[in-house]
Amino acid sequence: MTRKQRRLGLIVACMGILGIAVGLVLFALRGSIVFFNSPTDLVEKHVAPGTRVRLGGLVVPGSIVKGQNLTVHFQVTDGNKAVDVNYQGILPDLFKEGQGVVTEGVVDPGGTFRADTVLAKHDERYMPREVAEALKKEGHWKDDYANKTGAATRTP
Amino acid sequence: MIPELGHFALVLALAIALVQSTVPLYGARTGDTTLMGVAAPTALAQFAFVAISFAALVTCYVTSDFSVATVFENSHSSMPLLYKFTSVWGNHEGSMLLWVLILSVFGALVAAFGSNIPAPLKATVLSVQSWVAAAFYVFILATSNPFIRLAQAPFEGRDLNPILQDFGLAVHPPMLYLGYVGFSISFAFAIAALIEGRIDAAWARWVRPWTLIAWICLTLGIAMGSFWAYYTLGWGGWWYWDPVENASFMPWLAGTALLHSALVMEKREALKVWTILLAILTFSLSLIGTFLVRSGVLTSVHAFASDPWRGTFILAILVLFIGGALALYAWRAPMLKQGGLFAPISREGALVLNNLFLTTTCGTVFIGTLYPLALEALTRAKISVGAPYFDWTFGPLFIVLMIAVPFGPLLAWKRGDLKGVTQRLTAAFGLAVIGILVVCVAEGRPVLAAAGLGIATFVIAGAATDLIERTGLWRAPFPIVVRRAVGLPRSAWGTAFAHIGLGITLLGIVGETQWGGEQIVSLRQGDKVALRHYDFTFEGTSSRNGPNYKELAVRFAVHRNGELIGEMVPTKRTFPTRDMTTTEAALMTRGVSQLYVSLGDVSKDGAVAVRIYHKPLVLLIWLGAVVMAFGGGLSLSDRRLRVGAPKPAKAKAKPKAALQPAE
Repeated sequence: MTRKQRRLGLIVACMGILGIAVGLVLFALRGSIVFFNSPTDLVEKHVAPGTRVRLGGLVVPGSIVKGQNLTVHFQVTDGNKAVDVNYQGILPDLFKEGQGVVTEGVVDPGGTFRADTVLAKHDERYMPREVAEALKKEGHWKDDYANKTGAATRTP
Repeated sequence: MIPELGHFALVLALAIALVQSTVPLYGARTGDTTLMGVAAPTALAQFAFVAISFAALVTCYVTSDFSVATVFENSHSSMPLLYKFTSVWGNHEGSMLLWVLILSVFGALVAAFGSNIPAPLKATVLSVQSWVAAAFYVFILATSNPFIRLAQAPFEGRDLNPILQDFGLAVHPPMLYLGYVGFSISFAFAIAALIEGRIDAAWARWVRPWTLIAWICLTLGIAMGSFWAYYTLGWGGWWYWDPVENASFMPWLAGTALLHSALVMEKREALKVWTILLAILTFSLSLIGTFLVRSGVLTSVHAFASDPWRGTFILAILVLFIGGALALYAWRAPMLKQGGLFAPISREGALVLNNLFLTTTCGTVFIGTLYPLALEALTRAKISVGAPYFDWTFGPLFIVLMIAVPFGPLLAWKRGDLKGVTQRLTAAFGLAVIGILVVCVAEGRPVLAAAGLGIATFVIAGAATDLIERTGLWRAPFPIVVRRAVGLPRSAWGTAFAHIGLGITLLGIVGETQWGGEQIVSLRQGDKVALRHYDFTFEGTSSRNGPNYKELAVRFAVHRNGELIGEMVPTKRTFPTRDMTTTEAALMTRGVSQLYVSLGDVSKDGAVAVRIYHKPLVLLIWLGAVVMAFGGGLSLSDRRLRVGAPKPAKAKAKPKAALQPAE
């Protein structure tokens, strides 16, 4: 093989692998992107039943109802609208009334949200960022988080 | 007094870093040996002052000096001593101080042990590394000072985040940082080469040990993080494709590519410009990792409370170093002497293929990790990219790479013989097919499991083939085999072990994902639940008090096919200081498989939600990483890395002619 052919071969190999990678990325991105919604978004945007979305907000105090077989029902609110959520499984340690939560799942035709994942990876002083922003947008943000961490620590 | 001392030492370290980042560089450019000589002592002094600063912070934590803000926020007088110590870096400020401590350790190591590096190169390397150090000292002093005092000292601290109160915190962050920061040396070498406009095989030989050290630490750090998440979060998962995990995985992929391309450069003087670029990219990804984790753009257990100013500052550092490095690269790289081209079927060709795949997979992970951030910045739409994306992009590419792995070390340099190599791999291939058939017969359906097991077997057996061939096992008399094995370069052993480790990890992943079982149930005392061959009986509950928590324990008797094999006691801990609950899973190890029981919430009528997992081969995932790191260690101890210039190998160490590195 001449030098030129070798170089060409290398370039073709690179392009081939990169092309496959780009194809995979585009294919996979189509299927696995999940949009974040606040309860208001979910109600106003009329998310089609069956579409996977994330729903985030605060757990409405007093709304948690536990049933048989680890089923649980609660409401998530951004202060404007509240959405009913059904979930079956074990809730994270940090799931609490009045605290921020992000759930992932699909909207049922009836308008309730069927979650298959409940995320609460933050610690007790933290609020999921998406939730904080959704709350801010609805004007129900008390700047609680800043008070707890920033101000409070400097003046114990 | 002690916090002020620590603060002052850090300021002094910054001052020294500024001297180190300019004077030796000027000396190297003008050929002034006295000025170049400044580099080593300043690097050592810089380390000494950061060490003093770090020791001061440790003292504050260990003595529970709550007049220091970070100690108040992250410590508690009743914590065990180990956690008081580890909580030093269980928060943003302290972990940044650990970051610069490790940075200065690496600088000092180069200064102390880099005696075989030519003076101008060494001076430039230490200078460049000091730029990074100086930037981070300013960052800490300006935005994240861990020594700030409170006006009135409280009596008690707010405790460390309970999730972090674990032995994992003692290992995972320091190891990970050793990896991240270790790549700063490769980066400094790359920039130094660009500044000097000269690069040769010896350069690769000097960079390689530092890259290897960083890579070993990063491998162990990631594995430890994964293991920690597995046993502590109570979900039984070991990898979530969480952006924070990806942040550590991207430098690993790039660093692995760098290790391989540096090899080509050392042996064949090819891929020079590419290796430089990889060195820059690897450290850039480490910086991006630090940015992602520390700036608060991501929400996770790692993103300690942070303010936007810090994020902006790190972003500025990021832009400055990555942008500056790439600009310098664009300007100077064309001036470097290009290496020769080579035959596609050869060891070099295989290593190029390895690099192509590793960087491409790294690219797909990069897109999946940063696409949501970019989209949000541009359109304000909030999205998340889930695990399926990574399964579909990373998965196929990496599987192809894994299949190619056994071929690489068997191919000769310069001109390889693919047909010959394929013949030599027949045994390994046969083993893989047997493995696949066994799985198909025993389990029936899962194609993925069979294929995964086959590939893992092929990788392990392929790596072993290389060792068997080179020692002549089963062909030569035993004493000769032993002599050959001893004479084999350590790097050959290292390669084999690293590749075997990769196969072991894949085996663990296949076992855990394809054959694992789970049960999520609500149980009362006396209830029984079955999973595979195992029966779990809820025996009773008990509660006890720990040093800074209350604990509820549930006892399970575990039977296998009716025979009692032990008791598992998962617990739930409540930490009153932070009003937080954590789940302590119970693990039972059986060979390399594990049973895993963790508790959910306890209802008022005494029913407990329980997760029970059977995790076959799960320990292999991390064991494989340890084997990889061990291989790295063997490679590091290879004598050629300790000698200055390329020397011809001794006749005894010469393996077969076909595998002889071309000088």
